[in-house]
Amino acid sequence: MAEAGASIEIKSLYKIFGSDAAHYVKLVKEGMGKAELNQRHGRVLGLKDINISMPAGGIQVVMGLSGSGKSTLIRHINRLIDPTAGEVLVDGTDVVKMNEGELRAFRRSRTAMVFQRFALLPHRTVLGNTVYGLEVRGMPRAQQNEAATRWIERVGLKGFADRYPNQLSGGMQQRVGLARALATDAPILLMDEAFSALDPLIRTDMQSILLELQKEIRKTVVFITHDLDEALRLGDRIAILRDGEIIQQGTGQDIVLKPANGYIAKFVQEVNRGRVLLVSSVMSPAGRGGESDPASGPAIAETATLEEALQQMTQAGARAARVTDAKDRPVGRLTMDAVVSAMVTPVESDVAGG
Amino acid sequence: MHWLSTFPHLNDDFLRMLKKSIDSGFRDFTRAYGDPIESFFSPLQYFLIHSERFLTNTPWPIILLLIAAIAWLGSRDWKVVLSTVATLVVIGLFDMWDDTMKTISMIFVSTVLSVVIGIPIGIAMSRSDRLRNAINPVLDVMQTMPSFVYLIPVVMLLGIGKVPGLIAVVVYAIPPVIRLTDLGIRLVDKDVLEAADAYGSSSWQKLKNVQMPLALPTIMAGINQTIMMALAMVVIAAMIGVEGLGQPVLKAIANQYFTLGVFNGLAIVGIAIIFDRVSQAFGRRLQKHREIIHG
Repeated sequence: MAEAGASIEIKSLYKIFGSDAAHYVKLVKEGMGKAELNQRHGRVLGLKDINISMPAGGIQVVMGLSGSGKSTLIRHINRLIDPTAGEVLVDGTDVVKMNEGELRAFRRSRTAMVFQRFALLPHRTVLGNTVYGLEVRGMPRAQQNEAATRWIERVGLKGFADRYPNQLSGGMQQRVGLARALATDAPILLMDEAFSALDPLIRTDMQSILLELQKEIRKTVVFITHDLDEALRLGDRIAILRDGEIIQQGTGQDIVLKPANGYIAKFVQEVNRGRVLLVSSVMSPAGRGGESDPASGPAIAETATLEEALQQMTQAGARAARVTDAKDRPVGRLTMDAVVSAMVTPVESDVAGG
Repeated sequence: MHWLSTFPHLNDDFLRMLKKSIDSGFRDFTRAYGDPIESFFSPLQYFLIHSERFLTNTPWPIILLLIAAIAWLGSRDWKVVLSTVATLVVIGLFDMWDDTMKTISMIFVSTVLSVVIGIPIGIAMSRSDRLRNAINPVLDVMQTMPSFVYLIPVVMLLGIGKVPGLIAVVVYAIPPVIRLTDLGIRLVDKDVLEAADAYGSSSWQKLKNVQMPLALPTIMAGINQTIMMALAMVVIAAMIGVEGLGQPVLKAIANQYFTLGVFNGLAIVGIAIIFDRVSQAFGRRLQKHREIIHG
């Protein structure tokens, strides 16, 4: 019933704000920086040479601080903002080349969006808000209500369908935002700092709801955040944006273990590595070690976090463990030393441990 | 030093010629097009006559009940309904019922006309800055030009009667609806509009689902202002033959009948307050969803 995700490919995307922007793309391509462009020509460089390939059905996180261009970037995917140059391919079709009617049809059926400040219609009830995407498409009312009611229940708002947004807390309002997006069954879910306005506990809750739902719906989720913890928890892949440029792309493990530069390393220091790093990133793969009996020690899943591994090893009183894959086949070995050294931030500063 | 003490003005003969030729030009225009213009406005006359006939020919208890029912539907507040009925009863006791009904009919028709014309203009203005810049000065003129001045061409074209009175009232009363429709739509939360765009709304869907509902409180304030301004025009419209509470006031001014003037003036105040309270309560009721804020 549900439509699984679509692939998104962004190719050499540039965005310059201000008039006659196309002219300045050339200057930027020739190496002019953001500051110089602003000082000499009064144009703001929003995005510079963005290349991201998002496979269907995964969660792509784009992380960056305010002013990094992350909200600008996500708005290029459904073209709420027009790029100055570049391509945005969704399942091979270039969104940038669509005319007005094609774009409207694309937004109606292919993308759904969740907003930082919820952006619900204040004069409509929860149900009235949730049906919005379906109503715009012209779906019969009964079908709209049925789909919307199902999603309202799925996001945990059963019994609230007749309330108005003002009667709900922030977390509940964003559940409505999520239900509105999911009810459209669009293959692409764009989440623009969707959980940033929520309290930490509620934010964690919403992240769990999203991860839980994603197991089943397998949409292509593009998630914007300024919070590295959130990025690491949700993202299958993470792209880090600074001043409109991507400075590192990869899995969460890549970014924590091999930060591309000092800027990223500074963020990574604050991360709880024991909860983020997986056994598979730290173990020595099978067939290389051989210094001791590969059968000794407790068996630990390769998808466990270091914290979980440490717990199991301490309970078993072992200094080493076998690592197994999902089918219980041995894939490598893990030693206590490797775990501990991976959990300590490899920086000479005083922020050891974490 | 003569040129310093009196401002040097254009040649007297030239000015006389100018006024004369504009006047005669307009008079010719009136003679040539007066009839078609009059027949163009005849649906308004029909509307006016029927609404007035309905209010004056229906037995007064029915009208009283009807107005009380409208007040109840609008405000859902017994205090508003009771004071409405009390005001109308006092007006009736002082023998001003018929004139009041004529005035209410006039206000009703001119408000409907102002809303029907004003809201589309306001919407158009909110969509184009150029149109807004073009219409704003026109609205300024309509609001500040002394009404007597534009009564002259209206009377020349259409003569004396209800329709020219209606036009004069609408010209004076329509600017608030236009301005506040424009303002209300421009103030609509950009985030919500963006969400509507993101879900692929057409511009009609955005107008219907987002802009109009969110601008409604502001538009209602505009309609309320329009009603009040229309009431303020009652006396001036009486000068060109609009019947109602304005005519006794004119008579009172001409003959220095102090009490007659005060009674009719107070009746105008009375119906102004009724219109105001009912329409404001209605506007508030439309915004019920805004009141219950999550603690």
